[in-house]
Amino acid sequence: MMTAVVTAECLEARDVHFRRGARIILDDINIRLHAGEIVALLGANGAGKSTLFRILLGFLKPERGEVRLGDRPLAEFTRRALAQRIAYVPQAHVAPFPYKVQDVVLLGRLAETGIFRAPQAADRRAVEEVLERLAIAHLAPRPYTEISGGERQLTLIARALAQGARILVMDEPMTGLDYGYQVRLLQHLVDLAGSGRSILLSTHNPEHAVQAATRIAVLRDGAIMADGPPADIITPSLIRALYGVEVSTLTNAEGRMVIVPAMERVPSTGA
Amino acid sequence: MLRLVFLPLLLIGAILFAITIGRYPLSIGDIVSFFQAMVGLKPMALDRYQLLHNIIVEIRLPRILGAGLVGAALASSGAAFQAVFRNPLVSPGILGVLGGASFGAALGILLFGNWALIQLSAFAMGLVAVGVGLLIANMFGQASMIMLVLGGMISAALFTSALSIVKYTADPYEQLPAIVYWLMGSLGGLDMTQIRWAAIPIAGGLVVLALFGRALDALSMGDDEARALGVPAQQVRYGVIGAATLVSALSVSLAGMIGWVGLVVPHVVRLALGPGNARLLPASAFSGAIFLIAADCVSRSITRSEIPIGILTELLGIPAFIIVLRRARQGWT
Repeated sequence: MMTAVVTAECLEARDVHFRRGARIILDDINIRLHAGEIVALLGANGAGKSTLFRILLGFLKPERGEVRLGDRPLAEFTRRALAQRIAYVPQAHVAPFPYKVQDVVLLGRLAETGIFRAPQAADRRAVEEVLERLAIAHLAPRPYTEISGGERQLTLIARALAQGARILVMDEPMTGLDYGYQVRLLQHLVDLAGSGRSILLSTHNPEHAVQAATRIAVLRDGAIMADGPPADIITPSLIRALYGVEVSTLTNAEGRMVIVPAMERVPSTGA
Repeated sequence: MLRLVFLPLLLIGAILFAITIGRYPLSIGDIVSFFQAMVGLKPMALDRYQLLHNIIVEIRLPRILGAGLVGAALASSGAAFQAVFRNPLVSPGILGVLGGASFGAALGILLFGNWALIQLSAFAMGLVAVGVGLLIANMFGQASMIMLVLGGMISAALFTSALSIVKYTADPYEQLPAIVYWLMGSLGGLDMTQIRWAAIPIAGGLVVLALFGRALDALSMGDDEARALGVPAQQVRYGVIGAATLVSALSVSLAGMIGWVGLVVPHVVRLALGPGNARLLPASAFSGAIFLIAADCVSRSITRSEIPIGILTELLGIPAFIIVLRRARQGWT
């Protein structure tokens, strides 16, 4: 069952440097993820987001600097101990074999059972719980290969929750989802952070970052160029610098920020 | 519970049935009373006992058990390779084991002409070929999936051309036909000693593969995902490649090239039981054993002189695969 610590440990990159050949991918990156935070990582393609994620997850070793989880370096954890603390939610993908949704989620229990032990009744209950929590219990017996992209993304999040990890690292979770799923997913992230989990997600859409994140970090050419609360970070000049387009930002009646692109429109015909 | 014992019971049934097939007619009753006499439960006239012992233990059982071991090894290693390479179209030969073993057998026929040495040479060269494939794949840093596939292809091509050289230099009246016949696959030359030697490592390899079943499910989702789930991806991959190579190399050294079993049987089992490797791998082993025992029954009873088993599995495998493709298509997209 879920016996892990209640709040997430702090995940932190300290002066992380990474090169591929002569090209510097990450240049002295410092970033922290605290319990209950949703940190959105913004950045263009090729800015180094995936590399940073792979380093934070322990898939890659930084050339210099280190990643720490709680008060220990990441390198001191075994694969399994790490999986009990940090879960990775990849972009919704197609599996080569038609596993059932419940079996995909059950893979999350490997961190708890170890690879050689068969899953027990308690593991199956944990799977049912997370499926219900994400309101996808009806998908349980369906083949993962036959559900929609949004349903797949929720399945992968369910698997991460079944892992019992308190830190979720999500690679562009909104990509390819329709509007309804995007909003629902953002709400799930907010709920998860409310229960003491911490979430690091990458996104291409500053709107999503503004809606859900408690903090936004901006990665550009392998360096963190800004890191702070959404209202401080998302400015017309930053959007111009990152994406080369003009926007204005508004604050609505509830005090929430809205980003409005400044673009010319087809003149109204007055009909 | 019934599901757990269904395939083992079917396998025992297939073995008993296969013993009855042959030129000297035997009934299931004859076989049962022979085994009862063998363990001392029931008396039997000595000359009758010796006759039955000769037919059952010395002639029929070795090839039936051999067929079972080879079928189990090919089907299980095929299923394991498919999970490791995340591709349902992969067969046990992917890393070059079949190419290497063929070369080894041909070399053995050319140099020694002794069956035990031919088998040893086939087995050793099967392992060497996979080793060469892995070496090529790891030449430029840690091997990726595509590098492993390419390494296997290069190694298989290398050993296939070496096989051609051996064939070219072989004596065309004695050795060349022996090589060609070996490449078609045959269960005819097996005796109990060979079965005893091969049974333990094959059974061990099959158990290891089945134990890796859940880890393979995770690995088939991708390396990074497997790692994030707490599975040491690289160790699991090489552990599975090692066990699958061992059992497939042993199977080739016992019976030569027997195609399609490693591809078709896992497909059929996956359609029946779902893709979870913890069940797929042991179920493929049992089903592969049953399939090859049945195919062998056909091969030695359909005509006066027996058809090489490799030709038969190809003839049976192709239509089976086409039927399976029709249904499996949906699952792959």
